Amino acid sequence: MITKMNHTSIFVLDQDSAYDFYVNKLGFKVNTDAQMGPKGRWLTVNPPEQPDLEITLMGIDEKMMFDKDSAAKMRELVAAGTFGFGTFLCDDMYATYEELKAKGVHFKKEPAQEFYGLSAVLRDDSGNWFLVE
Amino acid sequence: MPEQELPKLYLYRRIVQAKLFIDAHFGESIDAGDIADEACYSKYHFIRTFKSIYGKTPHQYLIAVRVEQAKGLLETGMPVTEVCLSVGFDSLGSFTGLFKRRNGSTPSAYQRERLARQRQIADAPLSFVPGCFAALYAGTQKSNIREAP
Repeated sequence: MITKMNHTSIFVLDQDSAYDFYVNKLGFKVNTDAQMGPKGRWLTVNPPEQPDLEITLMGIDEKMMFDKDSAAKMRELVAAGTFGFGTFLCDDMYATYEELKAKGVHFKKEPAQEFYGLSAVLRDDSGNWFLVE
Repeated sequence: MPEQELPKLYLYRRIVQAKLFIDAHFGESIDAGDIADEACYSKYHFIRTFKSIYGKTPHQYLIAVRVEQAKGLLETGMPVTEVCLSVGFDSLGSFTGLFKRRNGSTPSAYQRERLARQRQIADAPLSFVPGCFAALYAGTQKSNIREAP
């Protein structure tokens, strides 16, 4: 039976910019940063307290997963904020919100008490959004 | 945001500023008094509030930041003594002891292990990529995954 997830991907418009966002702003740890020659760059990060989950910051380009047309469509959809890729957990909502705001992170929704709990929604540098709880 | 939460947010903002002060000045000689001044708090009240938010006193958080930053510098190949001083420790002995307690290995051993991993990534990057993605990188699959029959 399936027991755990150890890799997942976030599709990003620019890997250098995504590195800055996830590592320097959100505080994720770089797990693997490997240059793959003409096939691009394999860049994975871990959430700060989750060393066994690697999140691949997958560039949307023609180097690996996409052909020209699908890359163009995907870039448009990501930039338009179509995709919500998951939920990040934090230790203190208001402190996290204030810190990330101070670092220039854009919130689509400020912290608010919803029927499912206290949550906010942040947007990454590409346009992907995440619930923060 | 509801108006009744504004005073709470104001307090949060000051504690967060103090946390960011530690993040920016961890390499300098700072203590909880300096940090409390930064937050415009009495020292006692500041330490209590900081701990209620971050689960650590400002001093404990400062030490954690220094050790974490040391890991990053060690991975660049910087000599251990230089790393120790750069992140704000005065004594190599206390740095080594703290580092080992938190990470299970000495700074030198950690550095050897991380530099060896970096060499492995440079020499054989595909071995760090999960199977099907590695196949795409290696060019053994020409297109996206197909449905299994």
